Amino acid sequence: MRITVNVDGTTYTDEVEARLLLVHYLRDRLGKVGTVVGCDTSNCGACTVHLNGHSVKSCSVLAVQADGGEVGTVEGLARDGTLHPVQAAFHDNHALQCGFCTPGMIMQAIDLLADNPDPDERAVRHGMEGNLCRCTGYQNIVAAVRDAARRMSPGAGPAAERLDEQSVTHPVGGE
Amino acid sequence: MTATIEPEIGKSRRRKEDARLITGRTRWTDNLTLPGMVHLAILRSTAAHARIAAIDTSAARTMPGVLDVFTGADIAASQGSLPCAWPITPDMKAPPAPSLAVDTVNFAGEAVAVVVARSAYEADDALQAIDVDYADLPVVLDMAAAVAEGAELTHPDLGTNVSAVWTFDSAAAGTGQDVDAAIADAEVVVRRTFRQQRLIPAFMEPRSVVVDPTGAQITMWSATQIPHILRLMLAMTLGVPEHKVRVIAPDVGGGFGGKLQVTPEEVIAFLAAQRMGRPVKYTESRTESLQAAHHGRDQIQQLTIAARRDGTVTGLKVELLADMGAYLRLVTPGVPILGAFMFNSIYKFPAYRFVCTNVFTNKTPTDAYRGAGRPEATFAIERIMDELAAELDIEPMALRERNWIKHEEFPFTTVCGLTYDSGNYEAATARAKELFDYDGLRAEQLRRRESGDPVQLGLGISTFTEMCGLAPSRVLGSLSYGAGGWESASIRMLPTGKVEVVTGSSAHGQGHETAWSQIVADRLGIPFEDIEVIHGDTQSSPKGMDTYGSRSLTVGAMAVVAAADKVIGKAKMVAAHLLECAEDDLEFGNGRFTVKGTDTATTIQDTALAVFAAHNLPDGMEPTLDSEATYDPENFSFPHGTHLCAAEVDTETGRVSLRSYVCVDDIGAVVNPLIVDGQVHGGLAQGIAQALYEEAIHDESGTLTTASLADYTLPGAADLPHFTTDRTETRSTTNALGVKGVGEAGTIASTPAVVNAVVDAVRHLGVTDVEMPCTPMRVWQAIQAGNQSGAAK
Repeated sequence: MRITVNVDGTTYTDEVEARLLLVHYLRDRLGKVGTVVGCDTSNCGACTVHLNGHSVKSCSVLAVQADGGEVGTVEGLARDGTLHPVQAAFHDNHALQCGFCTPGMIMQAIDLLADNPDPDERAVRHGMEGNLCRCTGYQNIVAAVRDAARRMSPGAGPAAERLDEQSVTHPVGGE
Repeated sequence: MTATIEPEIGKSRRRKEDARLITGRTRWTDNLTLPGMVHLAILRSTAAHARIAAIDTSAARTMPGVLDVFTGADIAASQGSLPCAWPITPDMKAPPAPSLAVDTVNFAGEAVAVVVARSAYEADDALQAIDVDYADLPVVLDMAAAVAEGAELTHPDLGTNVSAVWTFDSAAAGTGQDVDAAIADAEVVVRRTFRQQRLIPAFMEPRSVVVDPTGAQITMWSATQIPHILRLMLAMTLGVPEHKVRVIAPDVGGGFGGKLQVTPEEVIAFLAAQRMGRPVKYTESRTESLQAAHHGRDQIQQLTIAARRDGTVTGLKVELLADMGAYLRLVTPGVPILGAFMFNSIYKFPAYRFVCTNVFTNKTPTDAYRGAGRPEATFAIERIMDELAAELDIEPMALRERNWIKHEEFPFTTVCGLTYDSGNYEAATARAKELFDYDGLRAEQLRRRESGDPVQLGLGISTFTEMCGLAPSRVLGSLSYGAGGWESASIRMLPTGKVEVVTGSSAHGQGHETAWSQIVADRLGIPFEDIEVIHGDTQSSPKGMDTYGSRSLTVGAMAVVAAADKVIGKAKMVAAHLLECAEDDLEFGNGRFTVKGTDTATTIQDTALAVFAAHNLPDGMEPTLDSEATYDPENFSFPHGTHLCAAEVDTETGRVSLRSYVCVDDIGAVVNPLIVDGQVHGGLAQGIAQALYEEAIHDESGTLTTASLADYTLPGAADLPHFTTDRTETRSTTNALGVKGVGEAGTIASTPAVVNAVVDAVRHLGVTDVEMPCTPMRVWQAIQAGNQSGAAK
């Protein structure tokens, strides 16, 4: 089947098998290997991307279901060397160790903050429940999401998708 | 000119590693695509124990995109036997361990056939077309039954299910008294049996391997903790010359011991690439990972503790059954032995015996999982100390205080013969009790008991130590381990004064690039940003013993320090020559060589440039500051800490919720507090998961029923509490930085703290044990029984 999908701002048209999973389309056809596969039962959330503005587990979406849609991945968040505030908060709060779950965590956190711009600890823990991490014990992930909420001005949840309006500047790199 | 630079060690540096990980610019093995690369898929046994009567691959061979199909019979002559590096006894029994089963399968999930195809989807499709005829054999699943007379056998050729029996006896070793006499003479004896359920490391990145056979060397990329050991073992297993193999561990997504392995999948991919003459990739599914990557724990622990009425422990006897699973993997037999020296923990027991019986079953092989032997030991001793306290009606912390090594008694040689160099259990405990509000919670517990509150409160204690920094090579030799425990490092001073640090440690989430940069920045007096840490590739980092056993900082970083000191030594010779003074006239600090008492100085960076130019060097000096060092520790390090858990147990539903968790760890000097806290948090999560959530379960046919993340329940964010972490600092006296290691502490300490809290909450209802994981069902049943569940008095 022929699909046209916009991924991180670039439009692609491809012939795909009907059974091709979105995550494999991203990784194997588009080379968007920043999004990863951690399981085959949609439990771990490592493959989380945004489809038309909402987080989805791209291992449980067919590529053809994304036809005509817009997909956002972790690779499209930083612009011109400036990290998205959620990325910066993950770095500053040491919210990652091996980093394999991190792309999914960041994408889910952005979605969570769009729904709830100022979540308390409990809301973050429940809002991130579909994303598993084996390294951090979640404590610093929770701290990072709440820190990101503070960095993103009040009511700026939906603006998480509009990076050009973000005032937070954070260089990519060490401290 | 000599402005004091703030030390890097001790600073909460944000990690260098993060930049690529938070932006998706990662190098996971599965991300690799090489020209001409093909994909392999592995058919896995559905039977736990069967003879392979026939395999029909003819239909699979005709499937679209299929390039090759092979079975164990096809590679029987070339695949060798997977290595076991730890023959714990001279008469240890070990079955041949083919990567691809040849005539029998011994656990469900074992590899039986391989398809190589143009795409991963096509390879998977072809697997469905392979027909295997299994002739079922008796399945051995229960360890206790497996060692009984007349038991069915996992490996009939061995004539027994017992692989080895390993004993340590303090009287025989001359390190203590006779434990049987201690038990016979005791005023009080408490016996308990604890079950360490089978766990799965469940790293987030599934294992993946890419092999490129097209160069002068065969290059393997693998999601491994041990690229150096893997190269050596591939050479020894397959008979390939070692210098013809290069192994690269690129970004590796967690390991926890689960990637401390030479895997069937790596060998299969290697052989497939040789057959194809082109690059191959294999990436496991999560189900395959849960079935076939090695499991952990799985022991039955019988403890007998002898004491006087005043609480003084006079002896401890430990009898273990340890499930090896179907095969002995890299360090399978040695995992319980790593625990043998830790059952006495922080206590001054005068008599001790440990006997471990290693048993084969038709289950996935076990091997190292975070802590490897030490969590099992710590759990058992901390649980039975609570039971002894209950028996004697002594407050459980008071019982521990009565028996532990006092801070003024270090260095202390234990009943196992280990010498603990330093520690201060009193200080860590005092701080933990303060943060926890121990006395306040005890008062609340009493109120709830008296009021008959349906939700009861329990306090769980774990005062633990562990042996880290694996390991002094001579000790490993005395335990029959197949290799040493040293680590290697080299430092390259570039002409511009930048530095490359090459380490034999192989990070997979620990933050070596950041921590090693901090250490070298301080040592050489150069900026943190000017340092690049190189690891995980046998070409760029040619020597190493890799990362496990909380050894990276205590062993690996010591090699880095030693290499840095050699650089400084050489640079000092050059600086003295350039400044026309004697070396003894120079002092080195903040990256500068200064002639004592003057302003005359040169920097280490300028020295590096002068050496590069080599125009004016001392006679006979080679024009390089680059230095290599290998460090072999003289002793283990002994981190310790006090962990306190408050658990609420709903006596009507059995539900456990953790109200608070406080840990005060003493890991010696701290290089990066941020990283240390992260290691502790993650360790706690895994230890708590053992206590409450995780278990690998097999049905009666030997099929793993927890073969997805829907069934093997890793805790999510909502399943864990906020942790309160703090530290005391008693420096290790056995290494230059005073560090002890932190990678496993949280996991080792937390499991007994949680279970002790659960039992403490309902002890007044007649509960003396709850088997792990303490699910609502088990807790509820224990309360109903009003007695013990899983513990035999």
